[in-house]
Amino acid sequence: MDVIIENLPAYVDGFLRTLFLSVVSGIFALIFGTLLAAARVSPVAALRGFSMTYVEIVRNTPLTIAFFFAAVVLPRLGVTFQQFEVAAIIALSAYTSAFIAEAVRSGVNSVPVGQAEAARSIGMKFSQVLSLIILPQALRTVVPPMINILIALVKNSSVAGAFYVMELFGYGRQLANANGDAVLWVLVGVAFFYLLITVPLGYLANVVERKVAISR
Amino acid sequence: MSSVLYDVPGPKARRVSLIGSVIGVIAIAGLLWFAVATLAQQGIFEPERWAVFQIPDVWVLIGNGIGATLTAAAVAAVIAFPLGLVLCLMRISDIAWVRIPTRIVLEFLRGMPVVLMMFFVLLVFATGSFTAVVAGLVLYNSAIFAEIIRAGIQSLPKGQREAGLAIGLTSFASRRSIELPQAIRRMLPSLVAQLVVLLKDTSLGYIVSYEELLRKVQIMADFLGPDYLFPVFFVAAAIYIAINFSVSRLAIWIEKRGSRKTAGGMAHAPVAGIPAK
Repeated sequence: MDVIIENLPAYVDGFLRTLFLSVVSGIFALIFGTLLAAARVSPVAALRGFSMTYVEIVRNTPLTIAFFFAAVVLPRLGVTFQQFEVAAIIALSAYTSAFIAEAVRSGVNSVPVGQAEAARSIGMKFSQVLSLIILPQALRTVVPPMINILIALVKNSSVAGAFYVMELFGYGRQLANANGDAVLWVLVGVAFFYLLITVPLGYLANVVERKVAISR
Repeated sequence: MSSVLYDVPGPKARRVSLIGSVIGVIAIAGLLWFAVATLAQQGIFEPERWAVFQIPDVWVLIGNGIGATLTAAAVAAVIAFPLGLVLCLMRISDIAWVRIPTRIVLEFLRGMPVVLMMFFVLLVFATGSFTAVVAGLVLYNSAIFAEIIRAGIQSLPKGQREAGLAIGLTSFASRRSIELPQAIRRMLPSLVAQLVVLLKDTSLGYIVSYEELLRKVQIMADFLGPDYLFPVFFVAAAIYIAINFSVSRLAIWIEKRGSRKTAGGMAHAPVAGIPAK
């Protein structure tokens, strides 16, 4: 127990960095993922093909491989980062965007066909149908799965700790090495801080899910 | 669905779409070309860099890595599934003092990074890295399997259980012989999709020094020199993607086949298919 209290500043620093990584990657992934989903349903074949290929490849790539590429392989190829946070954010947002894209796409598919037909019949263009009619409804229904993806993102950011970023898991490793006699409590502390983010988010997902279920 | 979003393209729209496609292909090709040119500048495509793959030992190491990856995934899956089944039954038990603690444990396991659990087992129980990897995967995935199966049972019509109880089956017998077979069959696509996640998560073994595919790549690059890092990494990543892609296809195939054969079609778990880690 004492280990946690003694090293509280380290925990808080790691916690904030985990939060920072998750929020920044989450924003990038949401934007890029939505664009990918829009490309997937667009009339332009090349965009559809690109979006499909990207999602298929990234969804089947382990995150550790993505991190290894961003943090170990890229620097060897001449792309160096001032801070490894940048590599972590690239890996995390590239990885998460594929899952966001799939969630948004399934949301688009869940909007009743009549909505798009009605929009078309009053003369809206594809871009208007998508941005004014389909996406607002689609994004609504995908909020709960989206929150689940963001929870996974928070947990995934722990992989960054193994690639030179001092976030929660990175500090956990360091503290565990420094306090060989109190490893259990060190890791319990790390776990506590992860649960501090993931459990409320999971609760939020449940609440939103129930609300959406009633409204439809 | 996408066909409703826009009209059947006429000559003008087809032309615009074609132009868009050409521009798109050129843009993507340009990006790829830029990437390849940058790589070529680093001498990546020099034949001698790729000559490492003529050394049989390199393939032996890659083979060992694949073996280690698949072994960990297989052992973890075989243990996690029955455990998930038990956890699911406890989670939906009629007895509150079984149900509530199970729920807390499941919430805890689901909210935890897998790599942290591996690390915990590795350090606290001082096990080998193989045990740590398998234990981490089992703990996490059994919780997910439990949630998937629970979603399957809840997606069944209420009458299934009521009929089971009405003909005098005990609660457990109704679960075992009426609800679970249907639930598992309905959830098969989600369960297989979770297997892909499990397979992907074995690569976290890299972090706890389990000698799986990625760790072997690192070892080879350290041994052969940094020049060979990219070729070896490239091949390993391609192998990983190929394996996962095959299992993903299997899930899609089961779903297509199942929606024809399973009464009521397939249901989807809210937790499945998420990059859970």
